[in-house]
Amino acid sequence: MALLQIVEPDEAPAPRPPRRAVGIDLGTTNSLVATVRNGIPVVLPDAQGRPLLPSLVHYRKDGVDVGYAAQESLVVDPQNTIVSVKRLMGRGLADLSDARRFPYRFIDVPGMVQIETGAGRRTPVEVSAEILKTLRQRAEASLGGALDGAVITVPAYFDDAQRQATKDAGRLAGLNVLRLLNEPTAAAIAYGLDNASEGTYAVYDLGGGTFDLSILKLSRGVFEVLATAGDTALGGDDFDHRVYCWMLETGRVGPVSPSDTRLLMLKARDAKENLTTHASTPILATLSTGETIDATLSAERFVEISATLVAKTLGPMRKALRDARLTPAEIKGVVMVGGATRMPQIQKAVAEFFGAPPLNNLDPEQVVALGAAIQANVLVGNRAHDEDWLLLDVIPLSLGLETMGGLCEKIVPRNATIPVARAQEFTTFKDGQTAMAIHVVQGEREKVADCRSLARFELRGIPPLVAGAARIRVTFQVDADGLLSVSAREQTTGVEAAITVKPSYGLADADIARMLEESHAHAAEDMAARALAEAQVEAERVVAATEGALAADGDLLAERERAAIGSAIATVRRLAAGNDRHALAAAVAALNRATEEFAERRMNRSISHALTGRNVDSLADD
Amino acid sequence: MTLDTLDAAYRALQRRVHPDRYAAAGETERRLALQSSARVNEAYRALKDPVKRAQHLLSLHGIEALGETDTALPAEFLQDQLARREALAEAQSERDSRRLAALLEETRSEIAGLEAALAEHLDAQHALDAARDTLRELRFLTKVAADIETALAGIED
Repeated sequence: MALLQIVEPDEAPAPRPPRRAVGIDLGTTNSLVATVRNGIPVVLPDAQGRPLLPSLVHYRKDGVDVGYAAQESLVVDPQNTIVSVKRLMGRGLADLSDARRFPYRFIDVPGMVQIETGAGRRTPVEVSAEILKTLRQRAEASLGGALDGAVITVPAYFDDAQRQATKDAGRLAGLNVLRLLNEPTAAAIAYGLDNASEGTYAVYDLGGGTFDLSILKLSRGVFEVLATAGDTALGGDDFDHRVYCWMLETGRVGPVSPSDTRLLMLKARDAKENLTTHASTPILATLSTGETIDATLSAERFVEISATLVAKTLGPMRKALRDARLTPAEIKGVVMVGGATRMPQIQKAVAEFFGAPPLNNLDPEQVVALGAAIQANVLVGNRAHDEDWLLLDVIPLSLGLETMGGLCEKIVPRNATIPVARAQEFTTFKDGQTAMAIHVVQGEREKVADCRSLARFELRGIPPLVAGAARIRVTFQVDADGLLSVSAREQTTGVEAAITVKPSYGLADADIARMLEESHAHAAEDMAARALAEAQVEAERVVAATEGALAADGDLLAERERAAIGSAIATVRRLAAGNDRHALAAAVAALNRATEEFAERRMNRSISHALTGRNVDSLADD
Repeated sequence: MTLDTLDAAYRALQRRVHPDRYAAAGETERRLALQSSARVNEAYRALKDPVKRAQHLLSLHGIEALGETDTALPAEFLQDQLARREALAEAQSERDSRRLAALLEETRSEIAGLEAALAEHLDAQHALDAARDTLRELRFLTKVAADIETALAGIED
């Protein structure tokens, strides 16, 4: 298909060395890091040349192993070797219907579940951060210095809790997270953009632990996500589990220990992968009890035992199409993502549903990381002239508030384009009521009990009035990462009470700082030096952005204003050369304040440029 | 104004104000981009939706369409909808997703017809009262379509 072309960069040499930007696919089973090198997106392998990093973290008493280094402990020490941590992100113990399938000692804490390990209690955020840190180090070694920014991908169907947890993990790993990007969108970006790619595409993403189906429209360099649907608890691992259950039945073995379970799950995965290219596969295993399993699984039988899993992907496909108001025939192509899409029964089901064979031109395991790298490259400012495209994404689940009777009032419907800000007015129901409890939920169901609770907070200081007289305006704002903040304000009397919350499962900045310090205390890295380096990178970024703005729109400023900004820049420059990171951070903040008014004028100019001076019809040629 | 020109204007604006354009900029600019981009999205949503757009245009002429008392509908229309509601209830109790999908298709095509009529009333004929009547029917049908979608989703879950 013509879509599959990676755009070449501008021929003109860049005026400055390109910034170091990476895209990270933080997967359930494997993770990858990629970058754009000389205009070509490439996956960065480890020192042994392996592109994947198994998403495995082993906690020893005296240290941590990540990836291949943790593979052996998988069987020997399953309780302290964390796999599929992505399934735990932003989840409480009660959310995990399959908690018993994990061999860990879970600790049920409000918000997010924790795991008791040989090295102490760990949150899923900390475990993910270990994986991200390993990838960061791999990228820094390969690119020769500190990273300027990273884009981390998440399943499109991740809710706010899962997104917040992922972003926190990135920060904890010392990454400047430029954006959380939906995996299917990243895949579509990797497939490239040119005029021939105009049309509507579906991305079928069956990862290790999650399934996503997204409908994207490409037109004139704008990527629009029309709809997304999926299942956060369905993936390639479930196919392994079906094979595992089949092995237990066929081999007539009794209850198995955690380490034998791990062994058999690995055998199951091998069998599944074998069946992609073979009509049958032998399965041989000796358990710690001395029992043996010696069986042959045919491709036919595998299709039978996994048929319900394949069927489960059809529901979200229909739902996404319905939301986008499209029929399968209107889809121009289906992009396949995730190693699990290699299974012939998946290929067949997708081909039957859409009436055309799916696209497999790129490695389904790398495509997400490659797309994330392209987006990171653009966001960090390494934009080439002909890569001038824009991504307009949507939120996957409706956001709302609890109202009387435990019902959910939707404020932002699912598939709304982000960023989005929406407000709704509520009133008091008792005379003299001075406080109001606000409960923020996410989900499609009518009853609050069936939706996911994101946050609770109280708006206090409402002036005492008769019931129904106060007007409380609740505003939901979702940023380009799909992250929500909520504020509420009473507006009749001019008495303002406003509060902004971050949903409660997210980690407070102080927690992040503490965890960072703890992790640095254990590591050999020099924390102060690292913090200074980060502050210097940030300072350089802000100065470059400001100078660019001055060059483009300096005429918006009076001489005096310009001089003030110039002196703020000079201060930042001077301090960036020294080693006082606190003074440097203060100077950068001062520069931000000094440019506030300027930024506002620039934004207004930008908007009027887009709207005036031209016939509306001519915009169609943009 | 056609949907194509609206789309083009929307994209041109987002190209300028979207937060991705300011990812490497300072904090202030990032915040402004977020706010501006959200406003553009809201404006686009209002203009793209034929009901909201018509409501807006009518309000410019002092007509508050779709208010609490603005509910009168022709008897014939109501009868059709009653029959459709019955079909919906039946299909739902029989968990017949194929029939529901057909009902949805049919309702959506009627909605498309009404939307075209609405544009004709407003843009070509300036027939404000007719537009107001069409709006009521549109609102009714939109609710029906949403209910069918919910029923479908309920079965597929």
